[in-house]
Amino acid sequence: MTLSLNEKDREMLHGDHGLATKMSMSILVRMAEISDAKELLDISGAHIDSTVYIGDAGLEFAERLASLGARVTVPTTLNVSGLDEYHWQEWAVPTDWARQAHRQMIAYQSMGTIPTWTCAPYQTEMKPSFGQQIAWGESNAIVFANSVIGARTERYPDLFDICCAITGRAPAIGLHLTENRAGRILLHLRDIPKALQHSDDFYPVLGHFMGRAALDRIPVIKGMGITPNEDQLKALGAASASSGAVAMFHMIGVTPEAQTLESAFQGNQPEETISVTMDTLHESRRELTRTDSEALDMVVLGSPHFSLAEFRQLAPLVHGKQKHPNVRFLVTSSRAMTQLAKQAGFLDVLQAFGAQLTVDTCILTSPMLPPEVKYLMTNAAKFAYYAPGLLGRQITFGSLKDCVASAIEGKVVRDESLWKN
Amino acid sequence: MEKLVIQGRPFITGSASGLALVSREPLSFWGGYDWKTGEITDRRHPLSGLVGKGKILAIPFARGSSTTTAVLLEAIRAGTAPNAIITTSTDFFFALASVVADELYSAPVPLVAISEPDFAQLRTNDEIEIDDKGKITVRRSQQRIIATETTNRRE
Repeated sequence: MTLSLNEKDREMLHGDHGLATKMSMSILVRMAEISDAKELLDISGAHIDSTVYIGDAGLEFAERLASLGARVTVPTTLNVSGLDEYHWQEWAVPTDWARQAHRQMIAYQSMGTIPTWTCAPYQTEMKPSFGQQIAWGESNAIVFANSVIGARTERYPDLFDICCAITGRAPAIGLHLTENRAGRILLHLRDIPKALQHSDDFYPVLGHFMGRAALDRIPVIKGMGITPNEDQLKALGAASASSGAVAMFHMIGVTPEAQTLESAFQGNQPEETISVTMDTLHESRRELTRTDSEALDMVVLGSPHFSLAEFRQLAPLVHGKQKHPNVRFLVTSSRAMTQLAKQAGFLDVLQAFGAQLTVDTCILTSPMLPPEVKYLMTNAAKFAYYAPGLLGRQITFGSLKDCVASAIEGKVVRDESLWKN
Repeated sequence: MEKLVIQGRPFITGSASGLALVSREPLSFWGGYDWKTGEITDRRHPLSGLVGKGKILAIPFARGSSTTTAVLLEAIRAGTAPNAIITTSTDFFFALASVVADELYSAPVPLVAISEPDFAQLRTNDEIEIDDKGKITVRRSQQRIIATETTNRRE
């Protein structure tokens, strides 16, 4: 297997387009060879997950590129950072950590990127289009772009996304290629009530199971009784990209490459067919909760980042009410989406309820939670999945309504009526 | 002491040795590996609580978050990474961390892919040596090398 490079690729590799491009192309070529790629292809957009500050190695990588004069050559959005520049001092973020995270933000901003600072770039004006070749990091964004939009990105890790953005190239592998976008396993929904399918907590639960069952194979969902909205599909994908390595799913009659079962599987037979029953979902819902208590210190919403439609859904639930004084209520979103919510009047309602807002980052990427916050509750599978390992916190999963009711009550309460049968 | 030799496909070449940490469950390093200590911290993972530093980690591939690469890179810089990682397919996330560690610190972590039947023969606490051609030598005392099929399938 040999990788064939075009003339411009070779120029970039030899350093004719600057040292940052040379370093990026050198990493790109080594990875393309490891991946058995035959060639590189042009991309027309990128999303950079490397913005998340983990430690000084990632910072040294960013500053090395920046100091070598790195510039992106395609429209490039930025994922969440480690720091809410406006509100970080209201939280437990250590000052020296904030300084390092901020240096990393500046390094990536200096490369000519668009500072969207969000893990939901598909809900900005930079949303890609069907069939567009892109190089995206951030697992939830990758699965949304491939599945719901039909744009094409491989499941790219941090540090690689920026190499693609600088060179405008990506290896011709994986989900960039039509033949690798076929479904491999079938998830057949059996007797799932429509009322539950309308509910927002159905999607994280189904997604959590889907990730566990599919791992890195493309799942195809059959048997939906309704057409889910964008935020429900976002929750489904994000959950499956946390519990598994799902980079794309199909939903028959809903997602753009799955008009029919045959098109979703590209004429192949499923490797495996799994029936999804209420029992399956009960088990999955149980797994999303990791707590030994009804105690509640904080409700956290917005992974992936809250959209305008989600603010619109939340506002009437909290309108005219007050959260319990012992419970914090946090919504994480992008600064742009927050401005839209403000203009729509939703933020005033949330503030009156006692909610707080964090922009540009979230509880998973910024060490913001004070030690006294031990018991969390969320409607987001991604928070539920990562909170125990990443934050050492106990967490309960519930619907948006459950989260609001619990914040008012001061302890975990969940409406079980949709989950009864 | 029993001995087993497996020929793997090295996708980042290099030699390494250490005790094995083995699981059939994929692992996200983000939220699953504490780069400051090398502890596996995914509380849903069978290896939770064990330390990967200095070991030969054997897992099928990286699960979940695209930040796994960044966490492994931090671990390499901090000296808390496994000595090598064995997977069942070429893992892009681990490979990239190793390539960037080579670029920044000249310190790549060897990575070897092996077949699933070979993978099924590995056990935690095996003594493993990997050479720069991807040859994996496994030594195990007091135990049978080939464990029962049923145990493998149950995992």
